[in-house]
Amino acid sequence: MFGHAPEIPVFPGAMTAPLRLAPLAPMGVALTLVARRLIARHPGLIARLGEHGDKRFAIDPTDLPLTLLMHPHPTHTRITLYRRPPEADARIAGPLAGLLGLVHGAYDGDALFFSRDLVIEGDTSAALALRNAIDDAELDLGAEIAALAGPFGAVLAPLIAAMQRVSGVALTRVEGGMA
Amino acid sequence: MMELVCPAGTPAALRAAVEAGAHAIYCGFADETNARNFPGLNFSREELADGIAFAHRHGAKVLVAINTFPAAGRQAVWHRAVADAEAAGADAVILADLGLVAHVAEAHPGLRRHLSVQAAAANPDVINFYAENFGVRRVVLPRVLTVAEITAINREIDVETEVFVFGGLCVMAEGRCSLSSYATGLSPNMNGVCSPPSHVVYAEEGETLAARLGGFTIQKAAKGAPAPYPTLCKGCFSSGGVTGHVFEDPASLDASELIPALAKAGVTALKIEGRQRSRAYVREVVRSFRAAVEAVDAGRPLPVGQLARLSEGQAATTGAYAKTWR
Repeated sequence: MFGHAPEIPVFPGAMTAPLRLAPLAPMGVALTLVARRLIARHPGLIARLGEHGDKRFAIDPTDLPLTLLMHPHPTHTRITLYRRPPEADARIAGPLAGLLGLVHGAYDGDALFFSRDLVIEGDTSAALALRNAIDDAELDLGAEIAALAGPFGAVLAPLIAAMQRVSGVALTRVEGGMA
Repeated sequence: MMELVCPAGTPAALRAAVEAGAHAIYCGFADETNARNFPGLNFSREELADGIAFAHRHGAKVLVAINTFPAAGRQAVWHRAVADAEAAGADAVILADLGLVAHVAEAHPGLRRHLSVQAAAANPDVINFYAENFGVRRVVLPRVLTVAEITAINREIDVETEVFVFGGLCVMAEGRCSLSSYATGLSPNMNGVCSPPSHVVYAEEGETLAARLGGFTIQKAAKGAPAPYPTLCKGCFSSGGVTGHVFEDPASLDASELIPALAKAGVTALKIEGRQRSRAYVREVVRSFRAAVEAVDAGRPLPVGQLARLSEGQAATTGAYAKTWR
């Protein structure tokens, strides 16, 4: 997983086909809400971006028929979805499972980059700053989404854990922590 | 037991290293005083104090790298970094510049002083000079020495030695390498950045991936081949009809199999490179090396399988420790 290319699960085309027809605008609004909540809870994310805090990042899961354009901001982060990679300062592309694994501390960014599972284009400094900021934030997207689901979170959390076990995709933070 | 000195580019990596069994963690401030001055990495003053408190609660030390060379007329930036590291509770500072070493010895006599690999102190005379005049207690040896040479040095000095055992490998005399400066105007020694990302561009050209530094193409990788390292010393160049790695093959250091020999050579501490790596990498490598040093300490064989997994599929070398020439 660290010195060599990991086996990263790839979403089968049949599973992602419905996304080709899905309305992008409401999905973008939902992702924007999740991102704003994450940044409010992890202000260090923006601080660590430093001079790159106003850059536009294209996050491109190569096994999905869409790309996220993220424009970070302390309070008004915006995520917009596109069918094709849009203009951006930096583009970070790779299988969704690889991108989620980076967020959740399952994979090492350098290892994925040098094995060419991850592609970085454009502003290398900005991409590096984002990668390091996310690594430091110790995010747990599964827990955040379960928390957003309110009373349904109690049902959602074990469902996410089960999906993680079956798919091998890191949908939650992989490590615990000492006080 | 040999001390395991582990990298942390972020507070999260510091906690991961402590949890994985690091005896000591090295890190630095997010500025030019630190030879790993990369975007999104390193510590604010507050983060360092919190990180040191966390490490101390769990019995680990924190060594603060202030290991670039102060710019003329701007020494105050480096002096302030040392004072802030001491105030945060650092167990030692890692220094490269002779003037800064002298300043710390005079202004912060109670602060433990380690000599950075950036000082390129590679013989007993220079190490003894630092120890006798400035009270340096440990020297990080350059990655150009054989185990036999390290043994010989340890016989003639009275300070601790620390050696790199895993991670990225500099083939140059560290602290004196100017390759990056030629291409970018910035250097690891003065600005804390070897191949600064602001000057690195990766470009997909058909099925090949080109790595450029300061506008110079330094390598192209065919489809399926590993992405090239963006450093000139690991670049692939054509000259006289021959194309190859002129300075150094792009291999990582893995001296794990030499841990027993390094212990026998009198080495106090083993250093893992990788402040730019993720917390996931730090956790895995530190856990494996902690098991290795415990095994050596107990007289057991190295847990070979575990360590081999870390460099599987990637070219690894024992570097200069077991020197051969081609």
